[in-house]
Parts: sequence; structure tokens; C-alpha cells
Amino acid sequence: MKKFGTLPIKTGFAEMLKGGVIMDVTSAEQARIAEDAGAVSVMALERVPADIRAQGGVARMTDPAIIEEIMKSVSIPVMAKVRIGHFVEAQILEAVGIDYIDESEVLTPADESHHINKWKFKVPFVCGATNLGEALRRLGEGAAMLRTKGEAGTGNVVEAVRHMRTINDGISRLSALPEEELMTEAKNLGAPYELVVMVATDKKLPVVNFSAGGIATPADAALMMQLGADGVFVGSGIFKSANPQKRASAIVQAVTHYNNPDILAKISKSLGDAMPGIEISSLEEKNLLQGRGV
Amino acid sequence: MCDPRGAMKIAVLALQGAFREHIAMFRRCGCDAVEARLPGDLADIAGLVIPGGESTTIAKLIDRYSLAEPLLDLARGGVPIFGTCAGTILLSRNRNGCGEAFLELIDITVTRNAYGRQIDSHEADITLTFSPEVPYNALFIRAPVIDETGDGVVVLARHLDKPVFVRQRGILAATFHPELTDDDRVHRYFLEMIEGKNR
Repeated sequence: MKKFGTLPIKTGFAEMLKGGVIMDVTSAEQARIAEDAGAVSVMALERVPADIRAQGGVARMTDPAIIEEIMKSVSIPVMAKVRIGHFVEAQILEAVGIDYIDESEVLTPADESHHINKWKFKVPFVCGATNLGEALRRLGEGAAMLRTKGEAGTGNVVEAVRHMRTINDGISRLSALPEEELMTEAKNLGAPYELVVMVATDKKLPVVNFSAGGIATPADAALMMQLGADGVFVGSGIFKSANPQKRASAIVQAVTHYNNPDILAKISKSLGDAMPGIEISSLEEKNLLQGRGV
Repeated sequence: MCDPRGAMKIAVLALQGAFREHIAMFRRCGCDAVEARLPGDLADIAGLVIPGGESTTIAKLIDRYSLAEPLLDLARGGVPIFGTCAGTILLSRNRNGCGEAFLELIDITVTRNAYGRQIDSHEADITLTFSPEVPYNALFIRAPVIDETGDGVVVLARHLDKPVFVRQRGILAATFHPELTDDDRVHRYFLEMIEGKNR
């Protein structure tokens, strides 16, 4: 008896991505560069977050023709993004045979109050979070993998750091609470009680948690790993830099050897210009992506 | 649960993938288990695991950090090696249209992602030849398939008429993920292999 799309199959796949780098790509050519550099997966997009930010307008699911072309061009798994709450985009991606769906704040939300009921799908979902309550709500909806939201398309790691620390602080806090306080804590977090108890008991999240949103250098990637990320997503950071091949390979190595400063020093040399960054305080509140779909 | 095996050190190749789960499983079995990222991490070990992950990523990191020769030296020196999923692909002698053979330590022919994409990943009960009384719940995640086995390769479990768990002397290979379950029979088998109890 074969059982498809079970929780262990969905979360287990995320376990296999750990210690790896998932790279945003917009073409088959970029996908092959990412695979050659050692990416564990690619995220198929029409525009990287930096361009979505610059060009504005409504950002939607990528054209399935582009996604299929990327799927054909590499042997590693392919992910793609859907708008928050847009379950039909998700149905389409599942029909295309995508390996993982990112229900992402980088695209323009389709529903201001509700995320997709991800339990209804065989394909696994990853969702962004800025704190523990948000992370556990996404798991309650059926996400099988998490990532920090950071602030995509900025090349500025500060928000990814903030979100990783906030989630870790939330876990430490829960772990220290007496059992009888967990129901009230679940209410305060706005998170399912069973998941709150699970995190308090295990002292860790029940699924893999990657870091995303603003990672631009090998040092950024290693920083997130040392802060407890299981792996990293790099969006605009690679193909908006001067030498994507070299930078992509260096970030892959940085995620493996994140605790080895000698290796990090070696691979950080002569990578050419990183993507131009944006100071977060220069962005207007309404232009921050992290506040979408909490 | 396993017997205490405190003196036995197992290294798990920790370049990418599910290495922490293997380490936790061996520690549960009473062994010392360590992460190996560089050739120097492979000294004085009784066994080595190449975990699941992305085989292309792990192969590139093996090449870049000159780990292939030290791994082959271990095998030549009789140190047992256990590959799961991506690890099995890297250990195989032949690959069906899915890249170059890599370490070529076990005489099997594999096809990568042979069940299809992630939506074709599945779990299923299989029977372990050395422990047939209780079914074993195996997770096949973007798993390879073993299409052919050479002389001297012993099949320890099958799924859909194909071998999914095989051994050739000191090399053990599974296409599924024993490290993601609570069932430690597969890890225990590997430890008994190191101890020379199940030739």
C-alpha cells in the first residue's frame, strides 16, 4: 500500500534540503547555473524580488510554461510561489507537478485574512514567518516547512536576523513555561494549542526552518546558519550580483562550512559586487513585504 | 534500543542533507557519532554514513573539498559505509541516464528520481529479510530505484519488485530514509555489520 502526500513525506522532503541553498531563478539558463553551483533546489520566478519591488504592480504566480521549462532543465527539485490565499494558483502548480509551493508574501496577496488550507494538497508548502505565533499558524494550516520572511529584494539581512532571533526567543520562552500556562500562551500567540505544547516539549520547531529575505553574501548565509537556520533561500542576491556563478558556489560552501571562519574567509574573496542593498528604514511601511499575511 | 557501544565512532558526512537525524539515531544506539565535513574528520572511525540530501550538491562538495579519495581509502581499508537515498546514488557503480557514476563502491545500477517528482514520493511497508516478523515503514522521498544488482550483492528488502535495500560486503545502501523514523532496525543492522556479526 503506497501512501502519498503524508505529513512525513512532506516534512521529510524538507529535511533532505537542510544544509542547502535554494536559489531564485527566472530562466532555464539560470536554473542550470544554480544546479552547477550546488543549489539543493531552485525557485522558479518571472521576476526576482528586487525587480518586483522596483517595478511594482501586482505580482502573481509564474507562467506555468516558464516553470515547466525550468523543471525540464534541471534534476534538482523545483519550487514556485503562489499568492497568499490563492488556492487555485496552488492547484495549478500541483497539476504542473511542482515539488514545493511557497505561499509567499513576495507576491501580492490574494486574500487579506486567510491563507491556503494546505492540508488539502499532496504537494508540500513552505511559508514565511516573522515570529513563533505566525510560524505555528502556518503549520496549523498544513505548511511542512518554514522560512523567516526577512525583507525580500533588499539585499539587507537585518530583517532575516530579527525574525530568526524572534522565533528562537519564542521557542526558548515556551520551553521555560510551566505546563499550566501553555493554553494562555497559545491564546496570546494566536497559535494552535497542540503545536504550542509540542514546541514547549521538544524545545524546537516540528519542521525545518530556513532563512530568507535579504541574504546577499556567504557571510550572511553563514550568519543565518549560526543563528540556527536549517538552510537558506537566496533570492535576488545571486542573479543581481556581478558574478552569479562564483557567488552561488560560495554561498553553497558557506552553508556547509558555516562554522569554519578559515573556509569562509577563503570563499568570500573576490566575488565581485554584491547586489546593491536597500536600507530598511528608507522604505515606507506600506512597501514592506513582511507585514503581508501574518 | 541498542546495546551500549560507547567505543565505536561513526562519522556522518555532513556536507548537506539529513545528517543530524543519522547522528541522533546512532547516539540512541549508544554510539559516538560525529559530523564529517573535511578529510581530517574521517580519522579513527568504525563506519561512515553518506546521508540523504541532493546528490548533485553533495557530489560537488565532495569534489571541492577533496573527500572522494579519503572515502575510497576508507572502503579499501574495510571500514563499512552506509548510504541512504542520495548516498546510495553516490555509492552506485552505474547510473541510468542520470549523471556520471561517482564512488562506484557497490555493484548496482540506479535511476535517480525514478518514482517521479515529489508528488510521487510515498511511504509503504516493506519486509526486512533479517527482521521479517514486523513490517518496516519506509519513506521514499524523490527516491532512486535500484534497477540491477551485480554478483555478490545481497538484497535485504524490496518494494514494487525492485531492491530498495542492498549490501555488498562492507557497503550498505538504502533508497529510503531509516533516519526519519523511530524504527532503528536498519541502523542496528549497520552497527552489527561493523561488529562483524552478520557477514
